[in-house]
Amino acid sequence: MTSTLTRTAPRDHAGRLSGRLVLVSLSAPLTPAALFALSLLVTGGETNLQILITLGSLLLTGLIVGGIGLSRLATTHYRITGDRFEVSAGLLFRSRHSIPLVRVRGIDVTAHPVHRLFGLTTLRLDTGGQGAAARRAVRLDGVTKGQAAELRRLILEGRESGHAADSDGVISELDRSWLRYAPLTVWGVGSVLAAAGTVYRTLHEMKIDPLDLGVVQDLVRRFGSVPLWFGVLVTVLAVVALGVASSTLTFIENWSGYELRRAEGGVLRVRRGLLATRSVSMEEHRLRGLELVEPLPLRWAGGARLNAVTTGLGDRDENRRRRVLTPAVPRAEALAVAAQILPPTDPAGRELLDGRELLGRRELAAHPRVARRRRAGQALTASVLIAAIPAGLGLWLGPGLVTTGAITGLVLVPVLTALARSAYHSLGHAVRGRYLVTSYGAFARRTVVLRRDGVIGWNITRSPFQRRTGLLTLGATTAAGDGIYRVRDVSVNEGLTLAEIALPGLLTPFIERHP
Amino acid sequence: MDNVRLRPPRNRVEGRAIGWWSAQAAVFALPLPLTFGILWASIPPTRELFMWFTLGSLVPGLLYLAVMPLWRYRVHRWEVTGDAVYTASGWLWQQWRVVPLSRVQSVDTLRGPLQQLFGLSGITVTTASSSAVSIKGLDAKVADELVAYLAGRTQAVPGDAS
Repeated sequence: MTSTLTRTAPRDHAGRLSGRLVLVSLSAPLTPAALFALSLLVTGGETNLQILITLGSLLLTGLIVGGIGLSRLATTHYRITGDRFEVSAGLLFRSRHSIPLVRVRGIDVTAHPVHRLFGLTTLRLDTGGQGAAARRAVRLDGVTKGQAAELRRLILEGRESGHAADSDGVISELDRSWLRYAPLTVWGVGSVLAAAGTVYRTLHEMKIDPLDLGVVQDLVRRFGSVPLWFGVLVTVLAVVALGVASSTLTFIENWSGYELRRAEGGVLRVRRGLLATRSVSMEEHRLRGLELVEPLPLRWAGGARLNAVTTGLGDRDENRRRRVLTPAVPRAEALAVAAQILPPTDPAGRELLDGRELLGRRELAAHPRVARRRRAGQALTASVLIAAIPAGLGLWLGPGLVTTGAITGLVLVPVLTALARSAYHSLGHAVRGRYLVTSYGAFARRTVVLRRDGVIGWNITRSPFQRRTGLLTLGATTAAGDGIYRVRDVSVNEGLTLAEIALPGLLTPFIERHP
Repeated sequence: MDNVRLRPPRNRVEGRAIGWWSAQAAVFALPLPLTFGILWASIPPTRELFMWFTLGSLVPGLLYLAVMPLWRYRVHRWEVTGDAVYTASGWLWQQWRVVPLSRVQSVDTLRGPLQQLFGLSGITVTTASSSAVSIKGLDAKVADELVAYLAGRTQAVPGDAS
């Protein structure tokens, strides 16, 4: 390994943010100025007080942002000395961070589009402790890519790692054919509506009524001249088409250049992104398990996503954002990645199950039939309640709404019942080797494997229905991921026995046996 | 296989907790019917409408007030052994939680204004997981002793707490 040379060399290394930040800072007030020019163009030189105030305050904000950027450039210094990383910054409020390299849990390199334009990146060190986010993470906003790579190397090197770098290599890489799963993410349609809202608001702010625009007027006229069902059909198709396009674009932006590799020092590194590049490092010894997610449209197409269940990624929201290991990929690929991340032998050389076998659905214990009845009941209740809203209003306002309510009910009952059936078939649990396995979910089926020694307590809940029918929901609390992973709707006997097998002894004094 | 079930934790919470939960329930459930009642009395033309609104919000409120505190008192229990904290809580939806002392990171007490009025105190046991375990409705003195005991025990029990 070449790093033995650099390891003996003095590790002192100092630097500051890149001078290109000047350009970035200058670009901040540029956007509102351009907007101003644009609005003058659109309105033909006419302007009024409201526009002036809006754009004036935007410009001021831009100037302040730019000024802050410049002062950051002037005052920020960082250095690595011995075993610590130090950053000092600030003009009015001087701050000084000094963190031991061994406590660095994650190094992220991200770049938002403006930074990318100038070849800059943001380096973020996560120390993973408790407390406010500002104290847990240190950011260097505006270093060149070369600087970031160098710093990452030095920090990883300086960190004492108990893990031998036995394997360094790519686990998974972007395959163009995965793009076929992109339209199956449900967010597309929602994002179209959100975008429409934003455009409307922006135009409205600029004193242009979108409904008065020629294009819109024309559309409205056409809509009136065709049969209603046809108009509705075309609108739905257009929204779906836009949704598919937008989720495909989102997929491309998020996952271009995707690569998952096992790097030096027992670190899993995910790199992805087209305009904003993201890179998340997770330490393998903080990994407590894996989560396979299969939302319904993706499940029909045989796809799945893989997440890490790990500590040290920040609070719950950050964990949710940063835990992804793969995009939507073929299920077999997700399982192959799982098998590589959790190899079939542990460091002591014992034969174990690999990630693929751990996540498999074969020999998962099924849950009692009552669990199915519970879900069917919930589906019926939800259908009736939703249908009751228009029907109830209809009693008041007129018979048209009653019909709407009846139709809603007739459509919802079979759809939600099917969903309930699928939810029941998702249920399953097992103890496999060192892991507890649980699977559940109606729309998105989640299969979680969690290290049994990562379980730090039990949280058992029972609803009135569960008490009547002898069911319980067993929650395993853990420091990793969501903080709690549940085995839903098992019989009392099976649930408590499972808890006893998974973590022997903890629950024993609180359990009564009777023949 | 034997039939197994969870036994309830050994200790009940303080009896005064019923009063505390009643006060909480009153604060939660009574303002709405009260508002409707005032409107009912003060705006004659809308009498009938607001009468129904008042009754419609008062009846469930009173039911909640009558049932919830006693039910909670039957369920809420706690127990601390040499190795673990074990609690039961809830009323319609019930929860049982077990945390090994080796995983405890901190023990806090919290006394809200209403709890102080009833001389009660609550303790919260946090672990590295985001879901904490709390015992509410303890006598203030019992709570202090419990915190002292847990602080001593968690140092004695080996473990890295994560």
